[in-house]
Amino acid sequence: MHRERRKVLVVLFILFAGLAVGCAISMVAQRNPLYGAISLIGVFISLACLYVTLAAPFIAAVQVIIYAGAIMVLVVFVIMLLNVEEEERRPMRMRSLIPIAVGLAAILFAEAAFIIFFVQASPATPTRNISDVGLTSSIGAGLFTHYLLPFEITSILLLMAIVGAMTLARRGGLLPAGAGDRGSSRTVKEDAEKSL
Amino acid sequence: MEDLTHAAWVLAGILIAFFVVMTMVAYTVLAERRILGFIQGRLGPNRVGPQGFLQPLADLIKFIFKEDIVPDKSTRFVYFLAPVIATTAALMTIVVYPFGPEVRLPILGSIHLVIARFDVALLYVLGITSVGVYGVALAGWSSNNKYSLMGGLRSAAQMISYELALGLALIGVILQSGTLDLYSIVEQQAGHLGISGWNVFWVQPLGFLIYLIAAIAETNRVPFDLPEAETELVAGFHTEYSAMKFALFFLAEYVNMFTVSMLATTLFLGGWNGPFVNRAPWLGLFYFFGKVILFLFLYIWLRGTLPRFRFDQLMSFGWKFLVPAAIVNIVLTATLQWSPVFDFVSKFLKTSVGWWG
Repeated sequence: MHRERRKVLVVLFILFAGLAVGCAISMVAQRNPLYGAISLIGVFISLACLYVTLAAPFIAAVQVIIYAGAIMVLVVFVIMLLNVEEEERRPMRMRSLIPIAVGLAAILFAEAAFIIFFVQASPATPTRNISDVGLTSSIGAGLFTHYLLPFEITSILLLMAIVGAMTLARRGGLLPAGAGDRGSSRTVKEDAEKSL
Repeated sequence: MEDLTHAAWVLAGILIAFFVVMTMVAYTVLAERRILGFIQGRLGPNRVGPQGFLQPLADLIKFIFKEDIVPDKSTRFVYFLAPVIATTAALMTIVVYPFGPEVRLPILGSIHLVIARFDVALLYVLGITSVGVYGVALAGWSSNNKYSLMGGLRSAAQMISYELALGLALIGVILQSGTLDLYSIVEQQAGHLGISGWNVFWVQPLGFLIYLIAAIAETNRVPFDLPEAETELVAGFHTEYSAMKFALFFLAEYVNMFTVSMLATTLFLGGWNGPFVNRAPWLGLFYFFGKVILFLFLYIWLRGTLPRFRFDQLMSFGWKFLVPAAIVNIVLTATLQWSPVFDFVSKFLKTSVGWWG
């Protein structure tokens, strides 16, 4: 019975990992930005499914809510609003960089292969009961006791980003008064307000 | 073997829940048309079958056999994908709702009337709901029609804004229950006669109100139905959709209404709790669906009564009133959790299960 469950998990892993890699390749290859965005959403959702198979349902849910549900909605929104055209195929510049890129990719793959085939140091059986680690309560307890300082620093960082974005977006905030009103320098926000 | 039987059970549960919800959605549409007819002093559809009872079936047949028109300059792949996303996202949340308590079946023994019970059920619901935005936004974009695009943009903006208020309104309940598992949240709300423990009576009336308003906006219903305001945008994001693809959007809207009502029932109105449920567990099903139907009636009633918001009113209402109110609710709940009086009253209301019933 245990082996059956394992088999199912392997099948699920192959399915979602394949989906994630496929979507990622499609994201890079697409020339229409909206198709790229949709592929990226596919990547996020397949990753969330992988987290579920790894007994981390909280991280899976947060992955979907934040990345697929909030960040990518904004990206799609902006693409739709600005009506970004399909990328044109430009003649390639800086050909000299190609061998370097190939070399770096080779190193990356070699590293991955090294870890997969030669590093056996990780314990065969996890030391702690896995099923507890991904639970909401254990994550919450960890965040507010052991990792309180990093957690607070992250929240301050996010707060700074919010305040910064508001200062930049506010008309006449940093700019001299009336600078945003001239016809030529219309901001994206004004465009958005008009079109809605 | 045990795993296989479990999987078979879950599949059977999904099928049953799917058909029940679909049937109820179909009859919600009929009820909406009849009740709107009553509100507006006319009859509504009453010709197909007794009192129009077979009208949903007739509508379905009509939708299937209508001509399916795809605009020439639409982005075809996305145009086909959008209704699929909308419907799938709407239907996927049905599996987590607890429809009833533990019941005893003749041969099969006792089972819980919930399909999937897991640690983060509430977050799962929020995640799936947030993915549902894509259906509407992509539909508007891919139709290559300015009205559709406006509808899609409006709807994306509206859903992002109100999702925030919706999520914040739920945090009060989470703080109070200390869990994200919907089944446990319902179990905690059993009190005297199965009524006194409901979250809506105890500290969360404000949260309930915010959730209700945000939920109506989230499902794009009157008075927040700006994405499809006929007078300005023809039909909004689904202007270019016809036949079964339109029907899928229609279905998604009603299923969303249904799931949002189920969440409200589960979190605020005690789910399947009601008088005498602990003696006759099957009553729980009736209480649960009865409360859901009350919400659906409220939706229809509002549609017959209220005019539509303006877009700037919608935005300022969401951001300047609902979100701050939700934050106040969180602070209030968190503060009250500390006070000993709260603890005492809460224990009194919630833990004495079945005093008289």
